[in-house]
Amino acid sequence: MLSAIWETEGLQTVGIVVLVFASIKLLHVLGLISFSEDSVEDELELSAVRHRPEGLEQLESQTRFSRKELQILYRGFKNECPSGIVNEDTFKDIYSQFFPQGDASTYAHFLFNAFDTDHNGSVSFEDFVMGLSILLRGTVQEKLNWAFNLYDINKDGYITKEEMLDIMKAIYDMMGKCTYPVLKEETPRQHVEVFFQKMDKNRDGVVTIDEFIDCCQNDENIMRSMHLFENVL
Amino acid sequence: MATGVAAWLPFARAAAIGWMPVANCPMPVAPGDNSKRQDELIILNVSGRRFQTWRTTLDRYPDTLLGSSEKDFFYNEETKEYFFDRDPDAFRSILNFYRTGKLHYPRHECISAYDEELTFFGIIPEIIGDCCYEEYKDRKRENLERLQDDQEENKDLKLPNMTFRETMWRAFENPHTSTMALVFYYVTGFFIAVSVITNVVETVPCGSTSSQKDTPCGERYTVAFFCMDTACVMIFTVEYLMRLFAAPSRYRFMRSVMSIIDVMAILPYYIGLVMTNNEDVSGAFVTLRVFRVFRIFKFSRHSQGLRILGYTLKSCASELGFLLFSLTMAIIIFATVMFYAEKGSSSSKFTSIPASFWYTIVTMTTLGYGDMVPKTIAGKIFGSICSLSGVLVIALPVPVIVSNFSRIYHQNQRADKRRAQKKARLARIRVAKSGSANAFLQSKRNGLLNELLELTGTEEDEQKLVKSASLLESQHHHLLHCLERTTAHEFVDEQVYEQNCLEAALRTYASRSPSASSRGSAAGTCCGRGLKRSGPPPRHGPLQELSAIHIQCVDPAPHAASRSNLNLRTDERINCKGGRITTAIISLPSPPALTPDGDGLHGPLQRRPPPPPGHPAAPSIQTTMSSAGTNIVKVSAL
Repeated sequence: MLSAIWETEGLQTVGIVVLVFASIKLLHVLGLISFSEDSVEDELELSAVRHRPEGLEQLESQTRFSRKELQILYRGFKNECPSGIVNEDTFKDIYSQFFPQGDASTYAHFLFNAFDTDHNGSVSFEDFVMGLSILLRGTVQEKLNWAFNLYDINKDGYITKEEMLDIMKAIYDMMGKCTYPVLKEETPRQHVEVFFQKMDKNRDGVVTIDEFIDCCQNDENIMRSMHLFENVL
Repeated sequence: MATGVAAWLPFARAAAIGWMPVANCPMPVAPGDNSKRQDELIILNVSGRRFQTWRTTLDRYPDTLLGSSEKDFFYNEETKEYFFDRDPDAFRSILNFYRTGKLHYPRHECISAYDEELTFFGIIPEIIGDCCYEEYKDRKRENLERLQDDQEENKDLKLPNMTFRETMWRAFENPHTSTMALVFYYVTGFFIAVSVITNVVETVPCGSTSSQKDTPCGERYTVAFFCMDTACVMIFTVEYLMRLFAAPSRYRFMRSVMSIIDVMAILPYYIGLVMTNNEDVSGAFVTLRVFRVFRIFKFSRHSQGLRILGYTLKSCASELGFLLFSLTMAIIIFATVMFYAEKGSSSSKFTSIPASFWYTIVTMTTLGYGDMVPKTIAGKIFGSICSLSGVLVIALPVPVIVSNFSRIYHQNQRADKRRAQKKARLARIRVAKSGSANAFLQSKRNGLLNELLELTGTEEDEQKLVKSASLLESQHHHLLHCLERTTAHEFVDEQVYEQNCLEAALRTYASRSPSASSRGSAAGTCCGRGLKRSGPPPRHGPLQELSAIHIQCVDPAPHAASRSNLNLRTDERINCKGGRITTAIISLPSPPALTPDGDGLHGPLQRRPPPPPGHPAAPSIQTTMSSAGTNIVKVSAL
C-alpha cells in the first residue's frame, strides 16, 4: 500500500524535476540567465603574429648582401610565409620537401634552432638573412663558428658525443630507408667515433670551439668544401 | 590616431587658432616638415596590372606593408615602380581600403586566398567593414571546421608509439583502429540492445498464474531478469571504468554528456541493490527504474544519425526555445480564455485554468483527443481560433530547424566523402613524391652515362650526351649528392633496395667466404621478409652472370664494404689512395631498374678486360678513374 503511494508520488517528483530543469534550460537559452560555461565560440586565434623587418638600408649595412639580393631574398621569404615569420612547423615542412626519401624533420629542428638566434621560437627575416649572410658571404672562421653552433645543441660551448650522435642520426634519417649500402644501426655511432677521433685532440670526450676550428683548418677537404656554396645567390 | 581622417588634420590644426586668445601660457613649437616633398604618384604593378595612387594615400596606414618601408623590398629600380607578384583582383579590395578606409570582402573570393593576401599586405582582418564582416567570419569558421576535421584524422594516423592509456582511448573513440576495438564496440552494442529489450519485456504480461490476473514477466521470472540485468550492468560498469581510466582528462570526461548517460544507466541498479532491505523507501526508488531507459542513449556512440540529431537540436537551441516560449504564451492565453468562456456551462470539464491547459495543448497541436470539448458558443469560437493559431505558431520555427539539420547532415556527408577520397589523394601525392626522388636517381644515371661517354671519347657517342636538367633541378640534385657524400651512402630506389636485401640474404646461405657474414647480418636485420621467401625470384638469374664488387671510399670515413660473390672468389680490400678518388662498382641485376639507355651503359663497359682473379681490382681501375675525378663509375666485371 505504502509502496504504491510512493511509486506514484515518485513519478510525480520525477516529472516535476524534469519540468524544472527544462524551464531553466529554456531561460538559459533565451539568455535570461547564464551559467559560467567555457565558451568554445569563435576564439579564433587573434590575428596571427605579424612581423615587419627593418628597413633595407639597415639590413644592407648589417649583412653582406646587396640591395638587390636582399630584395630577392625577401620576396621568396614573404611568399612562403606572408606573416613575416617562420615557425618551426612551417620550417620543417619547407625543408622536408627537398629530401623526399627520408625524414628531414629532426635535422630541420636543429637547423631551426641554429637560425633562431634569439630563441623566441620563430625565425624572422632578419634572423634568416643574418644566418645566410654568414653562410654564404662569411669568412671561413665565421662559417666554422656557425657549424659549431649547429652541432652544439645546448649551446654550452662543448660538443659532446651525445649531441653529435643526435645530429648524426638526424642526418642519416634524411637518407631514408632505401640506401646503398644498407644503413645499419651503428653507422651513425661509428661516424661519430671517427669524427671525435679526428677532432678531439686532448681526448677529454668533448670538442671545444678551438679544437674544432683548428682541426677543420688543417683538413683540406673541409676547407675546400667550405667554399662550395659561395655562388648560391 | 584616426588615420582615416588624416586629410582633415590641417583643418583641425587651423581651427586651433580659436584657442589662442584663451590660452595663458605659450604654445609649443610646431614640428617642422623637413621633407618638403611634393606628393607623388606611386605606381604599384601587381602581376602586370598597374595601379596608381598618391603616396599619402598609402601612408595613412603605416603599420601595413604598403604604408611602411617594407614596400622598398619590392621596388624595381629600372621601371621605378613597386612590383608585387600577387593576384590583381584581390589587390583591388586592398587598395580600396587605403582609399576609402573600409575593407570589403568580395564574396566570390576563396576565404583562405583572401586571408593570405591580407596577411601578405599586413592588414588585420578585424577591420573588415560591418557590411562584409559577418560573411567573412562565417566562411572562416566553416573553413576552420573543415581543417580541424582533417587534422583530427591525421592525428589518428600518426603517433607510432603511444602509451597503453592513449591506445585504449583511441580504441574507444574510433572503433575502426583495431580489431579489439571493433569487437568491444559490437559487444557493448549487443548488451545495450539486450538490456533495453529486457526492460521492455519485463513489463509484458506473461500468462496468468493460478491466482488472479496477468502478472508481468518481470515478476514471474524474477531471478532470470535479475541475472540478465546484473550481467548488463556489469559490462556497463567495466566499460565506464575503462573509459575513465583511459581518458586523457578525467575531469572533462566526467562532465561530458555521454559519461553522465553512462552513470545514469547503471546507478539505479546499484541503488536498488543497496535499498532492497528498507521496505518503505524502496518503493520510491522503484521509480528510479525509469532511468534505465537512458541506456538506449548509449546507442548514440554507435549511431552516427543519432549524434547528428542531437547535434542539430543543440545548434537549434534558440529556435526551439523560441518555439517553446511562444507556445507557452499562447497556451496560457487561450487556456484562460477558454476557462472563463466555459465557466458558465454546467458540468464543464474546464474546472480550472491548469485543467484547460490540457485542452489548449491538444488543440493547438491539432491532436484533438476529444476528452474535453467546449459546449458554449463562445467556447467553440475561441476553440477554433486556438487551433488555427496553433498551426501557425508551430509551423514557423520548423523550417529553421530543418535547414539546420540539413546543413549539419551535408557537412557530415562531406566529411565522409573527404575521408574516403583521402586515401586516393595520399596515394597520388606519394607517387608524385617518389617521382621527384626517382628524378634524382635518373639524373644520377644520366650524369654517369655522360661521364662514361666522355671517357670513351668516341665522336658519335658525344652526340648522345643527355641534356642536363634545369638549373633548379641540377642544384637540388647537387644538394642530394652532397648528402650522399656526407653519409657515405647512396640513394637507390625501392626495387634495387629490395634486390640488395635479397642478394645479401641469399649470400648468407650460399657464400663460403667469411667476409659475407658481416653483410648477412645486416641483411637479416634489414629485411627479415626477404629471408622468408621460398625460392629466389627470377630476377636473380643475372646475378650469376654479373658479379660485382662494390667499393666506395669517402673521406673522412673510410668505409669498408666488401663482399665476395659466388663466381669471383676475390677478397677485395679497400684501396683508398688520397681523399677524392672514388672507385665504386655497383651490380645492377636487371635492366628494368635502369634508364632506357641501360643497354648503352653496359655496352662500353664490357670492353674493359675483367680484372684477373686474386689481383686487387683497384689499381687497374684507378688509372682510368683518376681522370674521372670524383665521380662514381659503374664497371661490371665478369
